[in-house]
Amino acid sequence: MNIANKANRLTPYVFMAPAAIILAVALLYPIGYMIYASFLDWSPSQRIGEADFVGLRNYVNLMHDAAFRESFWVTVKFAAVVVTLEMFIGVGLALLLDRNIKGMSFLRTIFILPMMIAPIVVGLMWRYMYHPTVGIFNRTLKDWGFEGIPWLSDSTWAFVAVVMADVWQWTPFIFILSLAAMQSLPRSALEAAEIDGASDMQKVIHIKLPLMLPVLIVTLMLRLIDAFKVLEVIMVLTNGGPGLSTEIVAMRIFRTAQEFQELGEAAAMSNTLLMVLMALTIGMFAYNKMQEGRAAKMQAMAAKGTA
Amino acid sequence: MPKIVLEGLVKRYGSFEVLHGIDLEMEEDEFTVFVGPSGCGKSTTLRMIAGLESVTEGEIYIDGKPVSQLEPKARDLAMVFQDYALYPHMNVAKNMSFALRLQRMPKAEIDAKISAVAETLGLTDFLHRKPGELSGGQRQRVAMGRALTRDSSTFLFDEPLSNLDAKLRGQMRAELALMSQRVKKNMIYVTHDQIEAMTLADRIVVMNGGYIQQQGSPEELFKNPANKFVAGFLGMPPMNFLDGEITEKSGEIFVQGQGFSVKLSHQKAEAARAHSGRSVTLGVRPSDLVYDPAAAEDQSLLVSIIVSEYIGAQTVLLCDCGGQKVEVELKSTIPIDRNGQLRFAINPEGVHLFDKKTEIAL
Repeated sequence: MNIANKANRLTPYVFMAPAAIILAVALLYPIGYMIYASFLDWSPSQRIGEADFVGLRNYVNLMHDAAFRESFWVTVKFAAVVVTLEMFIGVGLALLLDRNIKGMSFLRTIFILPMMIAPIVVGLMWRYMYHPTVGIFNRTLKDWGFEGIPWLSDSTWAFVAVVMADVWQWTPFIFILSLAAMQSLPRSALEAAEIDGASDMQKVIHIKLPLMLPVLIVTLMLRLIDAFKVLEVIMVLTNGGPGLSTEIVAMRIFRTAQEFQELGEAAAMSNTLLMVLMALTIGMFAYNKMQEGRAAKMQAMAAKGTA
Repeated sequence: MPKIVLEGLVKRYGSFEVLHGIDLEMEEDEFTVFVGPSGCGKSTTLRMIAGLESVTEGEIYIDGKPVSQLEPKARDLAMVFQDYALYPHMNVAKNMSFALRLQRMPKAEIDAKISAVAETLGLTDFLHRKPGELSGGQRQRVAMGRALTRDSSTFLFDEPLSNLDAKLRGQMRAELALMSQRVKKNMIYVTHDQIEAMTLADRIVVMNGGYIQQQGSPEELFKNPANKFVAGFLGMPPMNFLDGEITEKSGEIFVQGQGFSVKLSHQKAEAARAHSGRSVTLGVRPSDLVYDPAAAEDQSLLVSIIVSEYIGAQTVLLCDCGGQKVEVELKSTIPIDRNGQLRFAINPEGVHLFDKKTEIAL
């Protein structure tokens, strides 16, 4: 009886064990390893045990590292620009395509294709298109009688180029989520707005967008988190150049570890990025919690109203 | 307020026709109720009047002007939806003033209007709550208030009470009746509930299968149903139908069937004489059947009880009459022999005859 009881109480933990083990091995161990490594002066030729413990020196160095600060700034700029553009274009497209026209499901599928292509492939594709002489952009420009644009060799244009590639690939993500949100809007509220005399534009501004806001905020957060981690497309397109113009933090970390062989410092950078992303994620969860809390409060009030 | 006319209104979804030519004239300031079972086309008709569904064929005239190509906002209508269709992100005041704000009415004027309407509907304390913080009945009132603030010439109601519980529904029904007396406007109301239709309507339009079955005042429809469907749809408990045949015996006209033979009154006999020998359905409402052991045999039905439903002052008896089912009502205080046969006298005015095949009233 007693043993059976004990076994019963243990059962849930047994079921959870595999997930817990995977989590520990695949997530907590590497993170712990990385946090530990960020306190070391460690080169790839050493084993981790042989590296010198330097305390917070790596972090202090980061503060004074102009190149890291520059890459951090580039990342923030990149994330802000691409997410803003993607939100506007994605939501705009969703608003345009939220209707019943023949072939709409086909169009929607086409629109989300870019998201399904591997980032490396996207990078390569765009690199060919940006090619100064044989790329489609410059060839077209020349055909029309314009000068070619130094897409990847000018620091301003290079930033524009990576932004365009990212917008091309990730707008569909926002498009598909906002389309889903739009289609689950209460039809009758929109009909009521129509009867109340709202034009199509007024329906968008006063009804659709406000009702979609919770989904849009979560979508924005997800995209922002993702944009901070971008690496492959930029690596293939510009490798962070020219100069540091497109060197985002992930790129900087990669180079610090690979080229400069400063594993400890790379780990410190990773941790810094991790903390920024963590703050964003916590912000998102807090927002969700707030929403849930408000919904619960509303229901409680409504229940009281009935009684 | 304008007169609304429907002319040959047809609605098709692809090749599937749901409305087959609706013709209807609604008088000014009339409370018209479309009633019928689900899928009969009543909501579609209302939504076509509102402009939320396109018109396939035919025309809708408001004040003599064809409106079927106009946007809903150009038709001067207000509508109350079945699920209330409140704007979840706006508070009660904002919900009610949305249309006015779109019209750019001065704020002071809007506020005055909202507080007046809120006052009449008892919503003053809830103006700053959002729909999610209200009970079903309160939301219903807000939906009503939103329509009222509009000052439109015509109000459309799409099953507005069907999401409320029975008690609240009765209460809101009474309030609606009161409101319709006070606010002299065109009201078009869709419901599947015949009690709502009977209590609220100036004109009832009974629909079935995409056709208007009959239209007229509640009394007209109750007393002279045009066919078996209308007869069976209006009235609670519903009309009893018994299969029989018209026969003539020594100058008198009878309806004869399994276990009954009922002599028709003079007036009814005149109408039925021409149909002698025809198979008919005899319709008689439970309220026209009175327990009377001494009734004449050719003026009554002899039945035996199958199920007895005690509902307080009244008892509803489901009975058998020659193999056909008959429902009768009885005061619960009247002592009866539950196992024996009971005789119920038929009110001669309450006899309805329908052709067996076409189901049209004779």
